[in-house]
Amino acid sequence: MCLAYPMKVVAIEKDYAFCETSGIRRKVGIQLISNLRVGDYVMVHAGFAIERLNKDAAEETLKVLEEYEDALRGSTAQQKTRKSFSKKDS
Amino acid sequence: MEVCGTHTYSFFRFGLRKLLHPYVNFISGPGCPVCITTDTYIKEALILAEDKKNIIVTFGDLLRVRTESGSLEEMRAKGTDIRMVYSPLDALLLAKSNKKRRIIFLSIGFETTAPLVATTIKQAQSEKINNYFILAGNRLIPPALKALCSDREIEIEGFICPGHVSAIIGMYPYREIVRRYRKGCVVCGFEPVDIVFSLYLLLLQIKNRKPRLENTYKRVVRPSGNREAQLILREVFFVDDASWRGLGMIKKSGLFLREKFSHFDARQFIKEHVEESCLLKGCRCAEVIKGKIKPYECFQFKKKCSPQNPLGPCMVSFEGACRIYFEYGEEFDKINHSFPES
Repeated sequence: MCLAYPMKVVAIEKDYAFCETSGIRRKVGIQLISNLRVGDYVMVHAGFAIERLNKDAAEETLKVLEEYEDALRGSTAQQKTRKSFSKKDS
Repeated sequence: MEVCGTHTYSFFRFGLRKLLHPYVNFISGPGCPVCITTDTYIKEALILAEDKKNIIVTFGDLLRVRTESGSLEEMRAKGTDIRMVYSPLDALLLAKSNKKRRIIFLSIGFETTAPLVATTIKQAQSEKINNYFILAGNRLIPPALKALCSDREIEIEGFICPGHVSAIIGMYPYREIVRRYRKGCVVCGFEPVDIVFSLYLLLLQIKNRKPRLENTYKRVVRPSGNREAQLILREVFFVDDASWRGLGMIKKSGLFLREKFSHFDARQFIKEHVEESCLLKGCRCAEVIKGKIKPYECFQFKKKCSPQNPLGPCMVSFEGACRIYFEYGEEFDKINHSFPES
């Protein structure tokens, strides 16, 4: 339950911010963080930003996460092609 | 010991546990909010759910935990209004759109989640929303770690500390564990790379017999934590003794609403006395939470108890040790579980 995900702030409206990550947009409560600006990165847990992220670190993390996703997708795609090949062989 | 359930999940999902077997013995800690929530709390929620005026709002996992008086899921099947949300904010929105009914949010979770609930309460106070209530069941992590350190039956050499709890409380609360109990603490993120690095540091500490407090999640965790969150927590809640499933009563480990906010407390609607109760027969979740036994040592594991039909909370929650062992531990069952001496 203590899952949290880094998201980028794209717009701020009083106590809320619109945040984005990998194409997903969400309205997030930012009451727990002072002086937040558009372009900052935050960790989002259950609809609230719980902490601000160091910008470079955040971008690096997101890049690594995307690499994981690609790798996972790649490996399942490979498995599928392998399976289809083995079916053809038999 | 990895304190957080999400860490246990990562260990299994990325195969770290298997890789490091049998050299490192991982003990799953008490960091799964659903698992440590007591039956008494769920019984209170069930009593509240019986009243037709109330809408019970909760995080999903809690629904399926069974007690002697049934589970919330069974109540929902009978037509009671129980809803699942992603955020306490959704509960507040629900209160705004259902003025005639009482919205009762089942507030469980640790320091990561508690400030969010505190924020919604302050918002309800300022916007004069008077049909939003919470059933406070939030707990604090450092007192639980101290309780585990004082228990002689459990042998812990070091802690992988939960990253997002630490983002709120900072590093300082762990100092006592290092100084007084001589256990290493490494605050850790949730990516496999974070975990491997933290494990390396912790193992180095254990090898050199020099317990320290270290942080490998510096991109999120500041030494002093999130001050704003700490302030709002202190403003809305006070700390008192509270009971945990498995660990029993722990001093100064629970959060309860301060008098100023006591009109948000859902316990005012519970008239009858709720008796303390024990686990269902055959369930050994209490020992699993304490780290005394591994899930596969429970007689009901994979027999009477499975994710489809869970006997105890550790099989219900995605962060529960039993559930994780069930889903990812297949190869693990086949290898020899004995750990080499020294």
